Amino acid sequence: MTKPLLDVEDLRVRFHLRTGTVEAVRGVTLQLGRERLGIVGESGSGKSQTGRAILGLTPPPGEVTAKRLAFDGIDLLTASKRTLRTLRGGRISMVMQDPKYSLNPVMTIGEQIIEAYQAHAKAGRGEARDKALAMLEAVKMRDPARVFSLYPHEVSGGMGQRAMIAMMLVTDPDLLIADEPTSALDVTVSMEVLRILDELVTERGMGLIFISHDLKLVSSFCDRVLVMYAGRVVEELEAKNLREAKHPYTQGLMRCLPTLADDVRPLPTLNRDPAWAL
Amino acid sequence: MSRGGGHVGALRSFLKKVAQFVIVLATTLLGLVAVTFFIGRVVPIDPVIAIVGDRAPAHVYERVRQELGLDRPLIEQFVIYVKKAATGDFGNSVLTTNPVMTDIINVFPATLELATLGTIIGVIVGIPLGVLAAVKRGSLLDQFVRVLGLVGYSVPIFWLGLMGLLLFYAKLGWVAGPGRIDVTYSYLYTPVTGIVLLDTAMQGQWDAFWDAVSHVLLPACLLGYFSLAYISRMTRSFMLNELAQEYVIAARVKGLSELRVIWRHALRNAAVPLITVIALSYANLLEGSVLTETVFAWPGLGQYITNSLQNADMNAVLGGTLVIGTVFVLLNLVSDLLYRLLDPRTR
Repeated sequence: MTKPLLDVEDLRVRFHLRTGTVEAVRGVTLQLGRERLGIVGESGSGKSQTGRAILGLTPPPGEVTAKRLAFDGIDLLTASKRTLRTLRGGRISMVMQDPKYSLNPVMTIGEQIIEAYQAHAKAGRGEARDKALAMLEAVKMRDPARVFSLYPHEVSGGMGQRAMIAMMLVTDPDLLIADEPTSALDVTVSMEVLRILDELVTERGMGLIFISHDLKLVSSFCDRVLVMYAGRVVEELEAKNLREAKHPYTQGLMRCLPTLADDVRPLPTLNRDPAWAL
Repeated sequence: MSRGGGHVGALRSFLKKVAQFVIVLATTLLGLVAVTFFIGRVVPIDPVIAIVGDRAPAHVYERVRQELGLDRPLIEQFVIYVKKAATGDFGNSVLTTNPVMTDIINVFPATLELATLGTIIGVIVGIPLGVLAAVKRGSLLDQFVRVLGLVGYSVPIFWLGLMGLLLFYAKLGWVAGPGRIDVTYSYLYTPVTGIVLLDTAMQGQWDAFWDAVSHVLLPACLLGYFSLAYISRMTRSFMLNELAQEYVIAARVKGLSELRVIWRHALRNAAVPLITVIALSYANLLEGSVLTETVFAWPGLGQYITNSLQNADMNAVLGGTLVIGTVFVLLNLVSDLLYRLLDPRTR
């Protein structure tokens, strides 16, 4: 690994509110090649805001600062809006949580995929359409031509999420941020969606940031895991070494997982040490 | 495989919709007739006196009363009225002595012209203002739209109309004064639709057309202002709601331009509830804005109904009310159809 795809040092996201300043991300440092990085943490730990900051989509009145925030050598903090826009969707993409809300309800799925493709490739309508259909097939839609002309409310959650993946990968990005891509789906469907995501990421050699609150899922799916707590990275581990976690928060989380071998009842609860949040 | 069946199915569902609409229209109008008819009979207005005057001898009074059918039982009167109304006969107006239908055909186009122009102005200016206010929330522009809306809500329209006349007609001479067209031009064209702008343009009377434009400009802008005050406020709030949705973030993630995100993604969703707002505001204007029509000597429906009411001309009031009711039901239908067109979830 010579130059990392994504190089983040001391990333901070602050929200200046009338009631004071809230720091959602407090100095995250991470480097990513064409590998799978998992970010785990509870809600409010800043994992999603880390993803949004990389895309330059921190909602106002948020403010992003960092010692370094670079994608493939391009400084994202000083890049022009135009450059950022070509990167977004073109080279960095994001799959969001719930297809019920993240797909535009008044546009057909096909239209939305075509639009994503045409925003970055100089392609005619016909070519874009072929590309969209191929992409729908790649996410294992049974009848791509039919799904193409459906509206988001006409498909199931699993199909919607696969359409979302098709839309976000149609431009062949180098980095995909998956922000809790399966949290809104039920377990069986979620496994299927993950398998498809896994296949596409491997096949295309993309970098992946997988954001989730599910420690088990992340460790089985990723090469490396960052554990976030209160806006900081408290622990970074190889996924296979999860058991060797040193930080008490991670250890605590691990203990809360039920196992088949020794049945602990009731499951231990997490005792938070206020010092973790400092 | 379902293509052929689809067409038949579509036709059937279309016919079903039409039938449904006719039933809705009929029942709504019947209800409206009943309510206005009985209110008209309950109010302490004697239509006979309205015709013969209060010094008429008793036998004249009695004869007119019989001619009007007022000596029959109320229910019978109602049935007769409904039967006649179904054929478009609302009786004669006491005030103008014409059939009420003829009167309405004369005055309604004036209101239609003004209300349509006002709504067009309200939509063309109000929607972009509302969108920009939502996008630049808290900015100077947003404040400006807020004040504009507030003034639109709170300033009496007749005052604004008078001030407008004073400034743009009397002082600056930019627009023509009250009325629809100068007398000089009023015999240069034959009324066909009753909408002066259309009639003059269709007959190639361009001098008359431009005169009509300069007459309609000020009242149309005035109504347009009030409608844009409302439409821009509602657009702003619908847009704020849409801009906070996840699909807007997804559209940005795709790398779409901000223009496309706002005007194509967010506004197309905000347009769905906006339809109702626009239809309601249009319907309100079609009812005839009495004050504007009075200030600008505009012979519209609002003035007609108000005059009739003040002169105890119950036939005219009933007829006018029914026309307004029909307009409301029709606009409801149109907004329903547009709804279906814009929002696939309602199909």
